Amino acid sequence: MKVLVPVKRVIDYNVKVRVKSDQTGVDLANVKMSMNPFDEIAVEEAVRLKEAGIASEIVAVSIGPEKAQDQLRQALAMGADRAILIKTDETVEPLAVAKLLKAVAEEEKPQLVICGKQAIDDDCNQTGQMLAALLGWAQGTFASKVEKDGDKLNVTREIDGGLQTVSLALPAVVTTDLRLNEPRYASLPNIMKAKKKPLDVKEPSTFGVDIAPRLKVLKVTEPPKRQGGAKVASVAELVGKLKEAGVI
Amino acid sequence: MAVLVIADHNNETLSDATGKTVSAAQKIGGDVDILVAGAGCRSVAEAAAKISGVRKVLLVEAPHYEHRLAEPFAALIVSLADGYDALLKTATTTGKNVMPRVAALLDVMQISEIIDVVSPDTFVRPIYAGNAIETVQSSDKKKVITVRATAFKAAGEDGAAPIEEAPAASDPGLSSFVKEELTKSERPELTAAKIVISGGRALGSYENFEKYIFPVADKLGAAVGASRAAVDAGYVPNDYQVGQTGKVVAPELYIAVGISGAIQHLAGMKDSKVIVAINKDEEAPIFQIADYGLVGDLFKIMPELEAAL
Ligand SMILES: Cc1cc2nc3c(=O)[nH]c(=O)nc-3n(C[C@H](O)[C@H](O)[C@H](O)COP(=O)(O)OP(=O)(O)OC[C@H]3O[C@@H](n4cnc5c(N)ncnc54)[C@H](O)[C@@H]3O)c2cc1C
Ligand SMILES: Nc1ncnc2c1ncn2[C@@H]1O[C@H](COP(=O)(O)O)[C@@H](O)[C@H]1O
Repeated sequence: MKVLVPVKRVIDYNVKVRVKSDQTGVDLANVKMSMNPFDEIAVEEAVRLKEAGIASEIVAVSIGPEKAQDQLRQALAMGADRAILIKTDETVEPLAVAKLLKAVAEEEKPQLVICGKQAIDDDCNQTGQMLAALLGWAQGTFASKVEKDGDKLNVTREIDGGLQTVSLALPAVVTTDLRLNEPRYASLPNIMKAKKKPLDVKEPSTFGVDIAPRLKVLKVTEPPKRQGGAKVASVAELVGKLKEAGVI
Repeated sequence: MAVLVIADHNNETLSDATGKTVSAAQKIGGDVDILVAGAGCRSVAEAAAKISGVRKVLLVEAPHYEHRLAEPFAALIVSLADGYDALLKTATTTGKNVMPRVAALLDVMQISEIIDVVSPDTFVRPIYAGNAIETVQSSDKKKVITVRATAFKAAGEDGAAPIEEAPAASDPGLSSFVKEELTKSERPELTAAKIVISGGRALGSYENFEKYIFPVADKLGAAVGASRAAVDAGYVPNDYQVGQTGKVVAPELYIAVGISGAIQHLAGMKDSKVIVAINKDEEAPIFQIADYGLVGDLFKIMPELEAAL
């Protein structure tokens, strides 16, 4: 089966985020950008399905700026076969991303789409679910295990109370959680090979979907700062302070 | 103006967070109804009817809602959406699973994990692991929202709303429930507990959680949480994870033991009232946000703490 993996270019998870003083957003100038960590897990899972003889072809897709080619090349170096960049410098909201991905899915006809559960910049946690809804497919979110079972897919999900396993009709959308796998590092030879793999660049306008934002960002501010940093010298002092504060 | 709050429950008990999501709904304004969908869940509807200021409780029972799988549950919520200007659900894993599906079917953008309501169309939510706070205005005709419960005070419990049965929607039949392995614990639920004590990578094993964390938790009546590193290493189950991509907690007291304080962890606990950090590295970032930092070896400190309580 063919697997589609959407990957997003986001601020690297190690970067200390700074809010712009004019409150229009966060400062992304000259900061390190990376593939969204959950999407690395998604690519890894697709590659493992291919290595297991279950997936036949892996197509990575990104909606983002020209530079998102770096993240697509990384997906190719990890083992994806082809990549598609839908190029735009605008912010595209999850609903619009889902609509573009739906258009790609209708063209490519994958049996499975593996998304990350959450982009670590917008923290939305919705694109995969929206895509499943728009396609009328089953969804297996927050996956920690994915197993093909005949013509079904069993997905073990990380839920608030523990783990839940659901069986999905295919085609389906899966979103990855942290424990699904540990993504590999691409080897140097594979990075070289990835440079020759096909990467198509398309314009959002060719898909005929409305991607105008529905949410207007009025302002972006810094969170309230905590007054921390005080130390205590002993357990006795700690217990005394906590009793004083009335929390124990 | 009317708002529908979709209750979180397990067919037996209504989650505490539902009352908090009702108060977010009341901040939006208008009539607030609660939907209880499940199987054999009338007692949940009865509990929901007690939440103050609720117009009515809609009860929908059918076998295909027993586990609130996303596909049939979303279809039901969409079938009820006509009468409402906003649909709200707590940002639990069930909420995060189903509400974006509802939003897409209604062709609206979901507003995820709001922490405040500015006006009926303007909301505040954290982004970048809580390192920035955005205020967004929605132009959608209906608002589909998940709510970070820790940011709202629970509505009262002196209500007596009528319970109305509503018909089930059909099951799209795309998925089925196989099994659940729920973590059993006598301790309070993590997101509802007044005190949370979390362990990190430094614990090194489940046995050490048992030996150094659980006894202190039990003396304090606390819930136990963990960092991602401790969960990844298999010391404790996934549902213990506190953080940007785990659970968000805001107890009266949070004790971080052997946790360095990565931003992804802080995102899940920095709104706690009092924070204690126990770490042997005095440079650990967790100390910057801790009200009381204790530098030292947890394997020495925790038994002392247990004895002192
Ligand atoms: C996409 C993504 C999502 C993530 N989501 C989350 C999340 O939701 N929650 C989360 O927690 N993390 C999350 N992380 C991981 C996060 O970045 C950190 O890696 C993690 O929080 C570190 O866990 P830790 O503090 O237990 O381990 P470490 O960073 O290894 O810290 C261990 C600490 O223990 C101290 N220590 C060691 N021995 C002792 C001792 N004997 N006594 C006292 N102290 C001792 C050390 O000084 C150190 O500070 C996420 C990461 C990514 C990339
Ligand atoms: N611009 C994008 N390009 C490709 N994939 C995306 C994009 N935005 C979101 N996704 C996918 O959707 C997941 C969830 O994103 P979000 O709903 O924004 O938290 C990500 O982990 C990606 O797999």
